[in-house]
Amino acid sequence: MSERIDRDRLHAYADGQLSDDERAAIAARLAEHPDQRAEVADWLRQKALLHDAYDPLLAEPLPPALAALAASGGRPRLRPLRIAAALGWIAVGVTLGSVGDRFWRPAPDSTELATLPHRAAVAHAVFVPEVRHPVEVGADQEAHLVAWLSKRLGARLRVPGLRAEGFHLVGGRLIPSDSGPGALIMYEDSAGRRLTLYVCIDDANSGATAFRYARQDTLSTFYWIDGHSAYALSGELPRETLLPIATTIYRQLAGEPHG
Amino acid sequence: MPAEHAILAEIPRLRRYARALTGNAAEADDLVQDTLERALGKWTLWRPGNLRAWLLTMMHNVFVNQLRARPVLVMADEDELAAIPVRPRQHDELELRDLDRALARLPPEQREVLLLVGLEELSYDETARVLGVPAGTVMSRLSRAREKLRAILAGDGKPQHLKVIK
Repeated sequence: MSERIDRDRLHAYADGQLSDDERAAIAARLAEHPDQRAEVADWLRQKALLHDAYDPLLAEPLPPALAALAASGGRPRLRPLRIAAALGWIAVGVTLGSVGDRFWRPAPDSTELATLPHRAAVAHAVFVPEVRHPVEVGADQEAHLVAWLSKRLGARLRVPGLRAEGFHLVGGRLIPSDSGPGALIMYEDSAGRRLTLYVCIDDANSGATAFRYARQDTLSTFYWIDGHSAYALSGELPRETLLPIATTIYRQLAGEPHG
Repeated sequence: MPAEHAILAEIPRLRRYARALTGNAAEADDLVQDTLERALGKWTLWRPGNLRAWLLTMMHNVFVNQLRARPVLVMADEDELAAIPVRPRQHDELELRDLDRALARLPPEQREVLLLVGLEELSYDETARVLGVPAGTVMSRLSRAREKLRAILAGDGKPQHLKVIK
């Protein structure tokens, strides 16, 4: 019986990184080592699994923002692109999901992000059922609402218009957030369904994150950070219904400079 | 600077690698974008040669920098979990998420080698250059990664008993 095959050679055999002569020699010796043969078979199976799982990505259309970035020559207009990229991915129906129990992330946005959907969901749950006092300042005083909340948040607040999506402004209220005053803007459609947009400002925030999605029971939340501002849009709507609304809001807000 | 179409042509490969490396579509999105930004900022350092390996080197550097940043738990998106498409599989019943989870249990440096060799089909020398490590390190990481993945997929997750050779 020939000597056992050197492990590095064996890997090179499985990976097709040997010359024809070497490959033939290893193949001949493998016949005498069924355990090593089984090992190679297992490695080949692993490779097949990897290709099977991840090769479909090769055939997907490129997110437009990534293609644009490659063509841009690296001009620094990247922050909006990042969000646009995420939106593009979602929009084209990339459903390869976020999986695994956890992921390592760079620090800056993570604290805010980790608690954002929960805080937004709590605010939504508390105020949406209110019949008489869902908001502190109503839509009939929109200018006052904007001025007041902007003053309390310490940053100019914009109230996105969602008429095209079938939602009219109910009004807004001041709410506590981890970093001081926050705002909750409420919308309603003709069927009485309500959406809330939670906004808080934290100077510790910077940069931008992709859109993220969370679901708590029947409540859907899309949330993201842009500049110092953190946003969360919540509603008891299916994800696919809420996404275009979140996209509209993002686009309306993205035109604003961020401190 | 390489022609735009040459860069564009590499993006699908970068996305595939990033997706397998991070186990997450959004993370992969960020990683590819950061990689392209970094690469575009360093075109002056590019020399005609293997564009793919050069871009993968950039991605490795970005990935390592991200790992060095303070690790923070990010919630998984349960809705996306449910939305993973079921594709016909020739090889067995393994789900994408199972493979993601199995890969996530490998140390990052082993995962990189496993994917560069097993998925991106780089040669051992190319892998060593992309990761900036000696060829011997590539081989030891590859061997450990394959053994560990085998054990994880076999359902026990623990390292196998060392076989006594000779």
